Amino acid sequence: MAKTLYDKLWDSHLVQQRDDGSALIYIDRHLLHEVTSPQAFEGLRMAGRQPWRLDANLATPDHNVPTDYAERSGGVAAIQDPVSQIQVQTLDDNCKAFDIVEFEINDRRQGIVHVIGPELGATLPGMTVVCGDSHTATHGALGALAHGIGTSEVEHVLATQCLIQQKMKNMLVRVDGTLLPGVTAKDVVLAVIGHIGTAGGNGFAIEFGGEVIRGLSMEGRMTVCNMAIEAGARVGMVAVDQSTIDYVRGRPYAPTGEQWELAESAWRELHSDSDAHFDAVIELRGEDIFPQVTWGTSPEMVLPVDGTVPDPAAISDAGQRDAVERALKYMGLQGGMAITDIRPQKVFIGSCTNSRIEDLRAAAAVVKGYKVDAGINQALVVPGSGIVKEQAEAEGLDKIFIEAGLEWREPGCSMCLAMNADKLEPGEHCASTSNRNFEGRQGFGGRTHLVSPAMAAAAAIAGHFVDVREWEMKS
Amino acid sequence: MRAFTVETGLVAPMDRANVDTDMIIPKQFLKSIKRSGFGPNLFDEQRYLDEGQPGRDNSQRPLNPDFPLNAARYQGASVLLARDNFGCGSSREHAPWALDDYGFRCVIAPSYADIFYNNCFKNGLLPIVLDAAIVEQLFQQMYANEGYQLTIDLERQVVITSAGDEMAFEVDAFRKHCLLHGLDEIGLTLEQADAIRTYETGWRQQSPWLFDVIQ
Repeated sequence: MAKTLYDKLWDSHLVQQRDDGSALIYIDRHLLHEVTSPQAFEGLRMAGRQPWRLDANLATPDHNVPTDYAERSGGVAAIQDPVSQIQVQTLDDNCKAFDIVEFEINDRRQGIVHVIGPELGATLPGMTVVCGDSHTATHGALGALAHGIGTSEVEHVLATQCLIQQKMKNMLVRVDGTLLPGVTAKDVVLAVIGHIGTAGGNGFAIEFGGEVIRGLSMEGRMTVCNMAIEAGARVGMVAVDQSTIDYVRGRPYAPTGEQWELAESAWRELHSDSDAHFDAVIELRGEDIFPQVTWGTSPEMVLPVDGTVPDPAAISDAGQRDAVERALKYMGLQGGMAITDIRPQKVFIGSCTNSRIEDLRAAAAVVKGYKVDAGINQALVVPGSGIVKEQAEAEGLDKIFIEAGLEWREPGCSMCLAMNADKLEPGEHCASTSNRNFEGRQGFGGRTHLVSPAMAAAAAIAGHFVDVREWEMKS
Repeated sequence: MRAFTVETGLVAPMDRANVDTDMIIPKQFLKSIKRSGFGPNLFDEQRYLDEGQPGRDNSQRPLNPDFPLNAARYQGASVLLARDNFGCGSSREHAPWALDDYGFRCVIAPSYADIFYNNCFKNGLLPIVLDAAIVEQLFQQMYANEGYQLTIDLERQVVITSAGDEMAFEVDAFRKHCLLHGLDEIGLTLEQADAIRTYETGWRQQSPWLFDVIQ
């Protein structure tokens, strides 16, 4: 029978199918960070259990780590927020106690879990990958079955190397055609979310396909899969092709020699069969996608940059009108105003969505030779990992950012969710390359606008949102 | 895990769609390394007028008078009535922990985000899906009747009004079994240790590059 990519990955990891519809699925790679693991380790201790398979696990602190060099350079002991410090220290202690490999706060391999997994080859095509973090779908860009789990499941995976799962339905999101210049992977996924809504993918595993997706770099595919959860889907993935193979080859934990040959031939099968059945198919055209900006408090509240903020008076459905009114009130925006009239006070370039080398290059190309607008209180660039930081510095990107007036920081999740010191003040608008514009997400009372790295960089210079397709690059 | 069999309780509203987990429990409270104590900060940004911080005495903070859970009529509620896509966003299990710690035993909504839905079952919290039209009726009945209660019978898979009207709901058989009996899923899975080892041996032969690399 013809199978989808998801079907293939599911079948190859099926330990046991049960009569009641649930199944036991084997987990190849388990990534851990400091926020969602302490209660799981405590659970193991209380039950007197040990991890099933140590070499399946890899840990790093990312959510709480300071990104300011002065605070960061002192390691865990120097973290000023005592509650954050305890959480990072607890991860170190737990990994030592249970003998789990951890890249600690100032290890050059430390970074956001969803950045370091692929870049180290710790996540590979054909794997099942889980992590106590909803953006784990990122790793699906490699042709892996990857999704977020809760802390009880973190404990379950540690103890049993398995998860009890119900199989999801299959959805294909196909983006054909070509992207306009200046339109990026972030704009594609925001457009998809705007199209199907934040609950559109509930219950589905999404495979992203079509000419546009195949034409994206691996970093771009990671950006797309990363935000599958913002469309409601736990799983996002892309079939393996030559780009995948080329990306994985030579990574530190990737196979070599004879094992590489075996692996590559297995990975070449990781695509949906041509006649595979999808329960839902969504189609978009690349040419129809413009640079996107969110205006509200849900990722589905998104518009092309040349759009105007919705006017509640023009909405007939009472529930929708209420939601728009509530969002506009929180965001401090007027219905009918142009997106390009929105003026951010902060800019954040980073997060598991957009902190890879390609993202930093795109942002640097825009700001090169310019200065940050006087209306911007702070513009942060936070690389996704120590390795991304090294590469960016080797390319001189850090100097471009600093000369333009942006701050070059140490790697971590940073202002995406503001668990460290990087946050918005009440009422501040932020042009952010992160993934969620929920109320309070980037700081109490903060107002988030999700955009691509190039769009965030252009807003930092112009002081308001601009169409990056019309940007004059000073190269 | 605590078992869930039959629950009768006061119903309280969270009357908006797409309630995200950042709203249920804001990120600053995720720094805790414990499973308990999140109840006072459930819906923190809606519930209080100022910004909450871990370790603060919440009893001294100004309450938002417009937030329904602060109204006298909803004190002691154990059933939360909600709208579409409840629990969207992050995978934080702190969301069901906070609902549980506050005193909720059950959520009723037309739909949930997948990870939140799954996390509830691990914590003795029952997320019930009912038709949007039925949920709308329940909202109206609740608003019209102070002290409005519902009974949830998991074994029979019905929500029962005080007038005796019954509304059936679906729940996956395995999750129902675990919740009814308060079973430890890890213990259940470890009963299959031989099957896991057999699978693992075969998978290692087939894909040796997935093993013994990170150590």
